[in-house]
Amino acid sequence: MDPLLAVENLKVHFPIKKGVLSKTVGYVYAVDGVSFVLQRGQTLGIVGESGCGKTTAGLGILKLVPVTSGTIRYDGKDVTDADGRRLRALRREMQIIFQDPYSSLNPRMTVNQIINDPMQVHGVFAGSERQDRIAYLLERVGLSPEQGRRYPHEFSGGQRQRIGIARALALNPSIIIGDEPVSALDVSIQAQIINLLIELQKDFHLSYIIIAHDLAVVEYICDHVAVMYLGRIVERAAHGPIYTAPKHPYTQALLSAVPVPDPKTKRDRIILKGDVPSPINPPAGCRFHPRCPYRMEICDKKEPQLQDLGGGHEVSCFLYG
Amino acid sequence: MAESDHLLDLQHLKTYFYTFEGVARAVDDVSFFLDPGEVLGIVGESGCGKSVTAQSIMRLIPQPPGKIVEGRILFDGRDLVRLSMGEMRGIRGNRIAMIFQEPMTSLNPVYTIGNQISEMFRLHMGLGRREGLNRAVEMLKKVQIPAPEKRVGEYPHQLSGGMRQRAMIAMALACDPEILIADEPTTALDVTVQAQILDLMLKLKEDFDTAIMMITHDLGVIAEIARRVVVMYAGRIVEEAETVPLFEDPKHPYTQGLLRSIPKLGRRGAGERTRLVEIKGIVPGLLDLPEGCRFSPRCPQVMGICRKKDPPLGRIGPGRTVRCWLYFDEPGKD
Repeated sequence: MDPLLAVENLKVHFPIKKGVLSKTVGYVYAVDGVSFVLQRGQTLGIVGESGCGKTTAGLGILKLVPVTSGTIRYDGKDVTDADGRRLRALRREMQIIFQDPYSSLNPRMTVNQIINDPMQVHGVFAGSERQDRIAYLLERVGLSPEQGRRYPHEFSGGQRQRIGIARALALNPSIIIGDEPVSALDVSIQAQIINLLIELQKDFHLSYIIIAHDLAVVEYICDHVAVMYLGRIVERAAHGPIYTAPKHPYTQALLSAVPVPDPKTKRDRIILKGDVPSPINPPAGCRFHPRCPYRMEICDKKEPQLQDLGGGHEVSCFLYG
Repeated sequence: MAESDHLLDLQHLKTYFYTFEGVARAVDDVSFFLDPGEVLGIVGESGCGKSVTAQSIMRLIPQPPGKIVEGRILFDGRDLVRLSMGEMRGIRGNRIAMIFQEPMTSLNPVYTIGNQISEMFRLHMGLGRREGLNRAVEMLKKVQIPAPEKRVGEYPHQLSGGMRQRAMIAMALACDPEILIADEPTTALDVTVQAQILDLMLKLKEDFDTAIMMITHDLGVIAEIARRVVVMYAGRIVEEAETVPLFEDPKHPYTQGLLRSIPKLGRRGAGERTRLVEIKGIVPGLLDLPEGCRFSPRCPQVMGICRKKDPPLGRIGPGRTVRCWLYFDEPGKD
């Protein structure tokens, strides 16, 4: 069986325009050759720091930003150039929840209208069936149907995120992309939303792509994890090995940098030097080489490719092989 | 002259905000102390009053609508609450400095980094312009900014987020303050940069012998750098303890819930995940706080008394206090 979603060599480059004639003077290489597959019922996590391209990759899959090159296959069919009706059909299958529950809900619409909106746009579920579905969805995300008549500002951050989830579920999609779905929430609320997402995955047969910078959250939710750095995937594996035996020096540094809520674990922390370089001029060779503690001669000359170290644990680094 | 054995001693601080909807008791009877050279963590979620506490110490509460209605903030024999704004200016930035979450909004975009750091020397030490700039370069070097001679002439927008936070720290430590209040200093930063900044803060604490008050929602950050922790909830301290006992044996149901609700890195293993323990409900609004214990509507161990009477913050061991009826006897408790 084909994987539900297969992304191959996805590139999203944004032109930088300058001057009165808007001449293109360069590109932001936001996503620069990213490949992964999402299996049915599974959760893929994409982690990385700001500017690594994780959000743009998600938007590219949904075709909310123009894709420069690469292919996106949904259920075995190439949907990279889908437009018009095919794109609408595709969007019924793929929904997104956003980071900021404050700005992603229209303040002038009631919750009922917000959840109704996608069903109206796509012309699914009519009349009383639609009303029933709204009530059902509200209940499923932990709100009461009576709250549907209220406006977003009457809800707390966690409740708004629940509304966003109900909206994403309205069309009965097969994939939900969560772009930092819990990072704007208070600690005590995060667990509620994470538990909710996991419950819904089973009940609605969903596959998730979770984009996040919080490595602990991604470990908890995801089956597979891809680590991105400057527009590229540097390491990819099942959730276990990536946390217990990270291979790429960047993944190692990233994991060691996370403050652990246990004052007794004293770890050898790898402190990286400098900042993430700009995706406008990514470094030549391996993009991580200027900050890499193990850099070798070859690293600034050739770009490493992802290679399988066994068991589907892939890493893009010259230290291996 | 007010007496205190501690470097900073907050006693029954109450800071309220008077709004059209009612009185928001943002900080409601908060007491804690800070000793020289120690790192105290203040942890809590949004609206718990941790930032307002810091702003009260710095006397940066906008008035109106805010007001310190009660309590004392003792520092070096003086009560900061009673100082005039002029007297406070001699302390703020000079002896007690503060860094903020968002370095971009707390640096002035139209002045160079050097200008803003040297202002500290000019104002508080009466140095001249050139001397101030030289000292600014020295400070940038201490916070490990590469090419400080060049950076000193740059504007905030020319620096990355991590560099800006370093510049903020340089400015805060310029006058060698006794206390550094850090309000979510690494929240806006990426984790590899956060690690750099935390590392730097700990190193500078040793070099400058500064006491740090670290305000954060991130229990990981607390575990890494604090020696003692104050946990706040809805304007109140609910628990206070040294870091290791707090994480090993949290007493207050809120602290217990917080620690259980966060997924821990590298702990999932290969097997099935266990469901995260969540704290039900939502953080109450400061305008309609629940009766009795403010955590009672969300507490899994709630008892009859909790909904009626506010528990006291009581001592349950050396250096350990908790605000919870589970640990105290009260006639009428059931």
